[in-house]
Amino acid sequence: MKRNKEKRNLFSIEVLGLVLGLIWIAPFYLMIVNALKTKKQIFTGVLGLPDSVALGNFVQAFVDLEFLKSLFNSVLITGVSVAVIILFSAMAGYALARNKSKLSGGLFFVFVAAMLIPFQSVMIPLVSIFGQVDMLNAAGLIFMYLGFGCSLSIFLYHGAMTSIPKSLDEAAIIDGANRFQLFWYIIFPLLKPISVTVGILNVIWIWNDYLLPSLVLNEANATIPLKMFFFFGEYTKQWHLALAGLTLAIIPVIIFYFFAQKQILKGVSEGAVK
Amino acid sequence: MSNQSKWFWIFLSPVLLALTVVVVFPFVYGFVFSFSDWNGLTATSFVGLEHYINLFQEEEFMNSIWFTVKFSVVTVILLNVFGLGLALIVTRKIKSGNLLRTVFFMPNLIGGLILGFIWQFIFISVFGDVGNLLGLESMQGWLSTPETGFWGLVILTSWQMAGYIMIIYIAYLENIPKDLIEAAQIDGATALQRFKNIIFPLVAPAFTVSMFLTLSMAFKIYDQNLSLTNGGPFNSTQMVAMEIVRTAFSDNEMAYAQAKAVIFFLIVAVIALTQVYYNKKREVDL
Repeated sequence: MKRNKEKRNLFSIEVLGLVLGLIWIAPFYLMIVNALKTKKQIFTGVLGLPDSVALGNFVQAFVDLEFLKSLFNSVLITGVSVAVIILFSAMAGYALARNKSKLSGGLFFVFVAAMLIPFQSVMIPLVSIFGQVDMLNAAGLIFMYLGFGCSLSIFLYHGAMTSIPKSLDEAAIIDGANRFQLFWYIIFPLLKPISVTVGILNVIWIWNDYLLPSLVLNEANATIPLKMFFFFGEYTKQWHLALAGLTLAIIPVIIFYFFAQKQILKGVSEGAVK
Repeated sequence: MSNQSKWFWIFLSPVLLALTVVVVFPFVYGFVFSFSDWNGLTATSFVGLEHYINLFQEEEFMNSIWFTVKFSVVTVILLNVFGLGLALIVTRKIKSGNLLRTVFFMPNLIGGLILGFIWQFIFISVFGDVGNLLGLESMQGWLSTPETGFWGLVILTSWQMAGYIMIIYIAYLENIPKDLIEAAQIDGATALQRFKNIIFPLVAPAFTVSMFLTLSMAFKIYDQNLSLTNGGPFNSTQMVAMEIVRTAFSDNEMAYAQAKAVIFFLIVAVIALTQVYYNKKREVDL
């Protein structure tokens, strides 16, 4: 009898969870359903399904968002930034963890302390300085992401290094490897799990970032969020087009989530708890 | 220079250069110029504390701080209630546990700017329609008053970030030894007793972590603010982060905006350092 009660409890929890789950995805449902309606249909009601499917909304949004171009810009900027962050932060985390000097400890402290600084506190001088040396472009943006992203990444790599025995370094050095070979062939492959975490945390942040690209890039080489901002401004009150654009903008993220959900949830959990 | 220190500096140089140029130098540079009449390019004279005195007397800036504090307190409470609630649901042995984790976390992957636009549609059109159906006058014109704009931002942020906080609570919940709960069950403890006497004390550290984490996240919100209400009506829903961007790039008052940014840094730093302090204290206790 107790078993039955336990089962009933579990069932009601499951129902509660599913109801909450439906509430959680309702905004996405409303977005997609209305992206498929005509302007007139949205005016007569937003809750129901569309009478006919207005795929034209998507075509126009696709063209006006210059979707392939903004997708390319986003992929390029996020991809290069994250690759650079992973490589250079891993190198730094390794160097700082293996060198036990006071200076090394001090530098590690500086990297961690830099996490305290909110973006708004450096934004104005940053834009001014990069503007004066003509670096308000994609290359400058990638360099900025390295600066903002390296702190947390070094912190995570530094922590992961404690589980890699120092005897590995010594053995490789005795076998005649130099530091670069040792790092590239032995240490970096061993850091792969933490690299996945670092990569995921940085992809989420950089892909979605709006403010920094808005200060650095012009509309011609805008990323998806930046382009979405301009697009939305153009179509205020034309919800059928605005929603089609938003749906398009979300598709790449959903595909990414679909393929990497396990690693994403694990990576975020590791990054958050540490 | 010995061989050892040569590789050390080579390995560190890319990040050292980036951090210095992107964070450290602008931070110091901005701090110095917040005491001048800097226009973003040059400064002709130092004005001392003038900007700092003015900003504390500026109604709009103080309003944005007050709004941000109110918003953060309400959001932190709701986020922790929802985060823990969702975590308790998905960690039970239910069939849809993994699917629900995925669903609750999903908004976190999509940028705040895009989510704000989606919710703008929901608050304006969907709420309007539902209000008509139910005959509720109060559902009309969301985002057009300071109060509904406030709650709009709270709802958006809670919905977006609850899944993230859920992940933190899950990590702690899964570390609770199973036999502890089973033993309590055998001893006849009710679900409520188990929660109060075992689960809650053991996830309390997660609460400390997530409380300060959510507090600093809430304090720094910009994208959602911009896309959902754009600060309106009449700047009544403008948070500090947005106030600073506006002062700098719309009003072009660079030195003054930088002074606000310094104050913003101090507030965020106090929140973050308190978090570190509490976490360290907790570690000693264990």
